[in-house]
Amino acid sequence: MGRHILHVDCNCFYASVEQQRNPSLRNKPIAVCGSQEDRHGIVLTASYPAKWKGVKTGMAIWQAKQCCPELVVVPPDMKEYIRISKYAREIYETYTDQVESFGLDEAWLDVTGSVSLYGSAMNIAKDISRRVKDELGITVSIGVADNKITAKLGSDYKKPDAITRIEKDNYKEIVYPLPVEDLMYVGRATSKKLRSVGIQTIGDLAEASEESLKFRLGKMGLILSSFARGIDNTPVQKTNHIRNIKSVGNSSTTPRNLVDVQDVHLMFILLAESVCSRLRELASKCTVVEISVRDTELHTIIRQQKIAVPTCSSLEMARVALELFQANYHWTYPIRSIGIRGSGLVEASPFDQLSLFQDETRRQRWELLDSAMDKVRNRYGYESIQRAALYTDPLLSGVNPKEHVVHPIGFFGM
Amino acid sequence: MTKKFVPVIVRFDEEGQCRPLVIEFDELHSYEIDAILEVKRRACNEVGGVGMRYTCRINGKETYLWEEKGKWFVVAKE
Repeated sequence: MGRHILHVDCNCFYASVEQQRNPSLRNKPIAVCGSQEDRHGIVLTASYPAKWKGVKTGMAIWQAKQCCPELVVVPPDMKEYIRISKYAREIYETYTDQVESFGLDEAWLDVTGSVSLYGSAMNIAKDISRRVKDELGITVSIGVADNKITAKLGSDYKKPDAITRIEKDNYKEIVYPLPVEDLMYVGRATSKKLRSVGIQTIGDLAEASEESLKFRLGKMGLILSSFARGIDNTPVQKTNHIRNIKSVGNSSTTPRNLVDVQDVHLMFILLAESVCSRLRELASKCTVVEISVRDTELHTIIRQQKIAVPTCSSLEMARVALELFQANYHWTYPIRSIGIRGSGLVEASPFDQLSLFQDETRRQRWELLDSAMDKVRNRYGYESIQRAALYTDPLLSGVNPKEHVVHPIGFFGM
Repeated sequence: MTKKFVPVIVRFDEEGQCRPLVIEFDELHSYEIDAILEVKRRACNEVGGVGMRYTCRINGKETYLWEEKGKWFVVAKE
């Protein structure tokens, strides 16, 4: 029996919410931008007129204004986005209790059990689209399919304000021509590998031989091949409520064991950069730094430290992590994997309380440096810029923490 | 048109249901609500906002009153 799965995606969510509540912003190029310090901010979301001019998520405000001089910059109001997102979720839950939220603006719905009440999954999708428009004043794109991966391709297919059904009868026509990067779980590294062997579209991937995919990508290659053919059995996992992001972490099993404090310091810098970059994307700072250290005998220790001033500076985080490490790890065995997590998240504000006893200017310089690195990386790629310390060990610093993408629940046991 | 936040006198019944009774539009104009015809969540397109929209009958005329995050507003011609 086939399932009926919807993927609902609120178009340009933050920007759309701001345009609904402030009519003077409608139909204009706007960007909701988080600010790290007074002068530096990044684009969290942009409206369509801004996107058409080239404004992209992750760009610095000055860059965005270069592509689009008439851009209106709006500060984020997470409380409001959470409120509207909750209302959207209430709408989805009138059709099914199997709702898996993915961030504030996306959700999968398994409506298999409700289709008989409404006639078809398309009818449910149309209802949802109309209700979101009437009740919340924003638009959604909805994908209708028999699995999560294809449903998400459907919602991505046409934006804004559209419903796309993808089923066996039109699967090849719609999905095959799409670039392979459009497929969920195909990130930059995988895309590179696939393109290097001539796989450019999802269709190419679907038709590629399983042997050669297994050879080049291992088990993942076979999984991606199924996804490309529209086969995905992952369940829509009911999430209790919108997952407020409570912490951001990254860990890595290192390519070789870590044997001294220099190794550990290097890994902390690498991981902290990734964590802090994501904190900045969330317009947040953390007040607690947590490290996890697993040795070659698979014993794990986890230690936390509250910090006086909230931070999203990677050097600050790495420094605290290293102090925690020195105080708590006694090198009985070498280290096999290591992680950093920032929790106790607070909204990043240029007016964070300054401590008289800390070195404030140094922290500010670190944060400015971090944000400059973000911009270079957004433009030229992760590997384009690196802290000198990481050059001392290419094997360890070759770990690219950005590839540890946040996955929806269900498939990889996360 | 402007989003005008207004003082409202409400009544909570024993079930915790809230109903607006009187809209105090300004110092000189208070309007008693004769009946509530409909209550639903609605986005207000004219002036922006998302909340519970009460369709009220006042002196025979139907008008909208919104409750959003604990505050009440109407669309005023200004």
